[in-house]
Amino acid sequence: MEVTLSVKRYDPDAERPAAYNQDYPFDIEDNATVLDGLIKIREEIDGSLALRCSCRSAICGSCAMRVNGQAMLACNTKIKDVQPKHGDPIVVEPAGNMGLVKDLVVEFDIFWDKIRAVKPWLQPEGPEPKGEYIAPNEDMLHLAGVMSCIMCGACVSDCTVMEVDQNFLGPAALAKAYRFVGDPRDAADDERLGELNEYGGVWDCTRCMQCIEVCPKGVAPMDRIMAMRDKTIEAGHTDTYGARHTEAFTDMVEHSGRVDELRLPIKTFGLFNIKEMLKLAPVGVKAQLAGKRPPIIHKKNPGQENVKRIFKKVEDKR
Amino acid sequence: MKYAFYPGCVSRGATPELYSATMEVAGRLGIELDFEPMKTASCTGSGVLQEKNQRLGDTLNARTFALAEKSGLPLMVICSTCQGVMSQANKRLKDDPDYLASVNEDLAEEGLEYKGTVEPKHLMWAIIEDVGLDALKAKVTRPLTGFKVAPFYGCYIVRPSEALEFDDHPEREDALEQVIEAVGAEVVDFAGKTACCGFPILTINQPASLTMVANHTGEAKDKGAMAMVTPCPLCHLNLDGYQPQASKIRKQPIDLPIIHFPQMLGLAMGIDPKKMRLNKHMVSTSKLLSTMALSP
Repeated sequence: MEVTLSVKRYDPDAERPAAYNQDYPFDIEDNATVLDGLIKIREEIDGSLALRCSCRSAICGSCAMRVNGQAMLACNTKIKDVQPKHGDPIVVEPAGNMGLVKDLVVEFDIFWDKIRAVKPWLQPEGPEPKGEYIAPNEDMLHLAGVMSCIMCGACVSDCTVMEVDQNFLGPAALAKAYRFVGDPRDAADDERLGELNEYGGVWDCTRCMQCIEVCPKGVAPMDRIMAMRDKTIEAGHTDTYGARHTEAFTDMVEHSGRVDELRLPIKTFGLFNIKEMLKLAPVGVKAQLAGKRPPIIHKKNPGQENVKRIFKKVEDKR
Repeated sequence: MKYAFYPGCVSRGATPELYSATMEVAGRLGIELDFEPMKTASCTGSGVLQEKNQRLGDTLNARTFALAEKSGLPLMVICSTCQGVMSQANKRLKDDPDYLASVNEDLAEEGLEYKGTVEPKHLMWAIIEDVGLDALKAKVTRPLTGFKVAPFYGCYIVRPSEALEFDDHPEREDALEQVIEAVGAEVVDFAGKTACCGFPILTINQPASLTMVANHTGEAKDKGAMAMVTPCPLCHLNLDGYQPQASKIRKQPIDLPIIHFPQMLGLAMGIDPKKMRLNKHMVSTSKLLSTMALSP
């Protein structure tokens, strides 16, 4: 099979370091992976290409990189599955949102700093048992997904919030936080949820689902973040814009069946929150002038009593 | 072709122009939109309600699906977020018969039962899968030649690709580009086209949200786009409404009109821009329309 990999190159030791793409055309067997292709380049075409890999079996998590703009493990991505239409080359770039070392190698300091920040160790209470801390199997099943994380950094690479706000803990660290928040043996939930409720924690996720899409192990970090939003509210952390937005939104659907876009931001911020109201005002006035104002009188959907009944039935089950 | 029509909250709230444009183009494309079966349907939960209680969201969506099933009509949406949230709920319900049966218990009092046969479909997908691009081309009376437009998908109509059934429908992956080309316009490709618009964190982390707007609209503009087109009204709200504030982050004017998917179809079908409320955007479309020799 004829293939061309267009590989992002960067050498910090070059006279004038600058990133550029280098095309490598070569022949390779039909079942080859992107990693097979990169290793072939390094061994047979250009020994200066830097990449990180180890197990070649999607276990070690070393070879996460962007292929055609999306993070994946090079070792479990077949070349034939990522061949663009119209015979364009396959674009291979280093993982995003982390510092670049050389070519396809990134430094993981940011990744590990965030993981450490969520205190990724069990904090039990009470006297230490003689043997292990035992938990019933059924209480641990929901953690099987997060425990499959191989720390490859694919989710961090493509996180759309980390791209614009380095303070965000990010999907890998938050999934790791869930692993302990959801562990029945851990006794530090209150402290953990309090910290996760702060700026950079669970409420800063934008629900873009990139982490779910790119995770090679089905960890679904965003789903864990959403589960922790509920846990923070249940733990009594209700006075954040995130929690208030969720509560106001849900109340509106229960009351009228639909979202009242005029009142949602007001209920989220609070009518007497002068600072936020002033920030809203210019957009509100402009929207008004453009005729984009949601209806002032927000009518209930017909048959809303059926929706209300569902709210009661489902919420009673919790 | 007739559909049970689920307009969503936003097309009846902050983006009335999406609703108007949809109504203008549907009939011309042979699409009949029947709101009657959906008149009691609730909001999908938009992913927000699901943060509190996913089962509640799934039950509300199962109710909407049951209403569509009862009408015997396929279900059409015009909002990417509605599409994504419905598809995710539908997958959970269809994948687990016990879960579906248990959710149905809560619908029984109203005499509803979801049998698992509904496939919610965005207008953009319906154009390709049901109407057909050739039929669309036949309705184009004013090809948008020279119109350079950047596609902006947002999140919910591209991820998770499994729930959106991209394996069975590979054409969904570049549906927007296909339609742009079918109406004679030119695609301006850019990296941010499947990124987040920033809307969901607008009230929580506004600087991050505005930076996303600045990055995407700025990148498209730099690549020569005259406008951006989106199938998601929430993306529209952020990219259009907050673009002036985002310009300050970028430290230069962006001035990129953000048009709704059906507005683009309407322009190619010669529909009066005013009827599609193109004069009701926050970023003015008038310069764009005069360049295209259309009056707003």
